[in-house]
Amino acid sequence: MDFIDIVIALIKIVVMFAVVLVTVAELVYTERKISAWIQNRIGPNRVGWRGLLQPYADVIKLVLKEDIVPTAANRFIHTLAPIISIGVAFSTLAVIPIAGETISMFGREIQMVIADVNVGVLYVLALTSMGVYGLTLSGWSSNNKYSLLGGLRSSAQMISYELSMGLSVIGVIMITGSLQLTEIVSHQSGWMWNMVLQPVGFITFVVAAFAETNRTPFDLPEAEPELVGGYHTEYSSFKFALFFLAEYANMITASAIIVTLYFGGWQVPYLELLALPTGVVVVLQILAFIVKVAFMLFVFQWVRWTVPRFRYDQLMDLGWKVMLPIALANVIVTGIVILLIQ
Amino acid sequence: MEVRTQDKYTLTFWEKLYIPEILKGMKLTLEQMLKKKDTREYPEEKWVPPPSYRGAPVLVLERNGVERCVACGLCSRVCPALAIEVQAAETEHEKERYPELFEINMLRCIFCGFCEEVCPEEAIVMSPTYEMVFTRYEDAIFGKDKLLMSAEELAPRLEFLRSHR
Repeated sequence: MDFIDIVIALIKIVVMFAVVLVTVAELVYTERKISAWIQNRIGPNRVGWRGLLQPYADVIKLVLKEDIVPTAANRFIHTLAPIISIGVAFSTLAVIPIAGETISMFGREIQMVIADVNVGVLYVLALTSMGVYGLTLSGWSSNNKYSLLGGLRSSAQMISYELSMGLSVIGVIMITGSLQLTEIVSHQSGWMWNMVLQPVGFITFVVAAFAETNRTPFDLPEAEPELVGGYHTEYSSFKFALFFLAEYANMITASAIIVTLYFGGWQVPYLELLALPTGVVVVLQILAFIVKVAFMLFVFQWVRWTVPRFRYDQLMDLGWKVMLPIALANVIVTGIVILLIQ
Repeated sequence: MEVRTQDKYTLTFWEKLYIPEILKGMKLTLEQMLKKKDTREYPEEKWVPPPSYRGAPVLVLERNGVERCVACGLCSRVCPALAIEVQAAETEHEKERYPELFEINMLRCIFCGFCEEVCPEEAIVMSPTYEMVFTRYEDAIFGKDKLLMSAEELAPRLEFLRSHR
């Protein structure tokens, strides 16, 4: 790895970061718009063209506010928690492939993925479980009972759903025979998407992803009527903005992972029959990936304004008594089917 | 007392699966999304109240430029919020009396419409005006200059009052 490789990697990272940040900002806008539409309202439309600049106004407002740290709080961890949250949310995107073909530039073949790690799935699962530290530590360090309860709930919830999430991915790995995300995507050519091959695994994974990102119906850590604000009760100004950003960035990450594992990532069915030049193919593949992720994001927000929140015992029941057995059965059935086919 | 008991509702198999029910709910919200919006762009797009609406009370001004009010003071007597003050005086006109001073304190007014109900001359009427903003206390006391409104403008309300007498 020489200097140019590092520069290329840095460019990829900067581009990815910029795109994700802008998307996060606009997600706040679409969330408000979609909630408004579902409630027969118009939604924000004053700042900028059709209100598109609304999230930027919100962020400026947040940043200009006073940054309050409670006297009894553990200052170091209180500051560290939002950094962990946002860091984890962004770094997961490094292994997501956004196009299959490589571009030749500067005499090199450039892959359309920041890091093509051969244990990609493991990396994703590891980082998403790191995300729980951000919430738990913020809850504990605030020295506030509501924050603590929010943090505790989030850790219990995430650990319960991590299991079924991991087990549903195993089905995909068994079919592909690789942990590498690029490999998993290229295995889903045509209409052989994992969503079709693994319908049960797909449903359990999506449900677990909803729980992992703390979205309704699993947004218990921040249940306002019970816990004030949940783990971020004692946060203000930029630290709160970071949690806010992390929540939406997590949503993007989850959507990207769902698309990569189950919707065939950048795959456009039957595109190879047209024999287009490589540049066009790359653009089309990136577009396909973006459209798929955007659809998933819409589903996330759509569900949020449809389904009410679970009760805590219902959440645990669903996690351990329903999701875990189904995911386990899925692994066993997939194994048997693969054995029979061979 | 009769005690009614209700059997515990048991979910069917399809309802227990939960996912189909969520999809049903999502279909419902999608339909709502495409519906006509119930809210409006208020300051630009104003709401036109129906004739039954009780807005700010006003005095009716006839076509010949004379107010209907004969300053009997019934509105002032009936007003539960003590918002109306009337002082009568004499004129050469057909009705002989007119209000020299007629003031309604819009901060006290509760828009009950009793003044309109009690008025023998149909001279004080609830107008469709609903935008009343004051920055000073004195601005909230409406004198005759602000209260007089032409009969044409109030035609829907007068029509409504007659049809419901």
